[in-house]
Amino acid sequence: MKKYTNEHEWAELDGDIATVGLSDYAIKELGDITFVELPEMGQVAKKGESIAFIESVKAASDIYAPLSGEVVAVNSELDTAPELLNDDASQTWILKIKVSDSSEMDTLLDESEYKIFISAL
Amino acid sequence: MEELKRTALFDKHKELNARNVGFCGWEMPVQYEGVIKEHDACRNGAALFDISHMGEFFYEGDIANSGINNACTTDFVKLPVGKCKYGFLLNEKGGVIDDLIVYKLDATHLMFVVNAARIDVDFEQIKSHIKSGTFINRSNEVSKIDIQGPKSKEILQTIVSFDLAELKFFGFKQSELLGAKATISRTGYTGELGYELYVDNETALKLWDRLIDLGAVPAGLGARDVLRLEKGYSLYGHELDEQTTPLEAGIDMFVQYDSHDFTGKKALLEQKNRGAKKRIIAFKTNSKRSPRQGFEIYQNGQKIGVVTSGTYSPSVQSGIGLGFVDTQLFDENAKQELQSARGNIPIEVTKLPFY
Repeated sequence: MKKYTNEHEWAELDGDIATVGLSDYAIKELGDITFVELPEMGQVAKKGESIAFIESVKAASDIYAPLSGEVVAVNSELDTAPELLNDDASQTWILKIKVSDSSEMDTLLDESEYKIFISAL
Repeated sequence: MEELKRTALFDKHKELNARNVGFCGWEMPVQYEGVIKEHDACRNGAALFDISHMGEFFYEGDIANSGINNACTTDFVKLPVGKCKYGFLLNEKGGVIDDLIVYKLDATHLMFVVNAARIDVDFEQIKSHIKSGTFINRSNEVSKIDIQGPKSKEILQTIVSFDLAELKFFGFKQSELLGAKATISRTGYTGELGYELYVDNETALKLWDRLIDLGAVPAGLGARDVLRLEKGYSLYGHELDEQTTPLEAGIDMFVQYDSHDFTGKKALLEQKNRGAKKRIIAFKTNSKRSPRQGFEIYQNGQKIGVVTSGTYSPSVQSGIGLGFVDTQLFDENAKQELQSARGNIPIEVTKLPFY
């Protein structure tokens, strides 16, 4: 089940591996995505730290680690086809993190909480 | 905060699910379906822009002797009737109060088209030159719709009674559109074949719908900015301001130095002789990284300037930008780079247009 951060990342946990992407809302706000700077494999980040970077034609934003851990996979398809995120952000993962503390998942918003959060923005 | 103004077409944009943005005191559509799609519509088909926030002033009187001909870098006396010209309102130091297009409607009538954010300043500045005649700000009564792109001519031709081929670049005609008076101008801000249409607010609603029915694609200010930057056109508040001269901005070819007196001429000529302290450069990142306004420009570890406009260009498939550098420090044989929070971005200085 996907959970969300206030910074519009989503995370889905399978064992200790979290798949991470950006919400449809975030991608829609950014517009046409032109560039995703993916992290190095093995990069370690704490929850809330900048871990990647995304640009659209007219905007740019950091992507923050939704959970603490180590990067174990990146979606290198995004190097050549960043527009995949515009096609379907909820199905387009950006990176995978081997999480160091899966209980952090409890601090994230579930789908309905996130919907309420963005409706107030 | 002051409430944002809305154009006559505001509800049309809402129906089209436009995403709006505050721009120069106006609530304007930044995009409808997406910047790249709207950009491509303009380069390959026809794009439709609501530019009604821009200002229109009208002068009637003795153009040669009222003083109005000293207001602007354009010589209105020499300007032929039926032609318009791009030029500048300058301060005494040669800094740009605004860039504008002036239309010679007939021997005694002019129309000034100015940037939205500068309407009040410009009106007072021009008025201060005028000793006779009438000068009126009709910005609130006039809507401006731009149709731009290779298909704009065939689309517009279906609702225009004269042959659009008669209009040469920077030519215009006062005619009718959908039964109302209109000024149809062969001009634009995209570098494509295109027209700028000036109509009353009521006609604008019908015209907007009709042009969409005929195949024009609504496009927002986001696409417009990318399109103008690909051609290297200046944008007031970015490349142009009161601290920047047309010479420094690299566009003093639009200044008519030789024909008439105008405010700022002396300072501009002095700068031309002496040399300017700063100059504009155009550059590409040759990557998907985009320059952004405010990024600093470095050369051999030394800061030499700042970015004034930047975007990703779908036509060039690279980040592109404009910025100003210190004329003394800039070395065209050296390598320049931008400093951003996410590391340095190498740039290649290039000639305009980008596309």
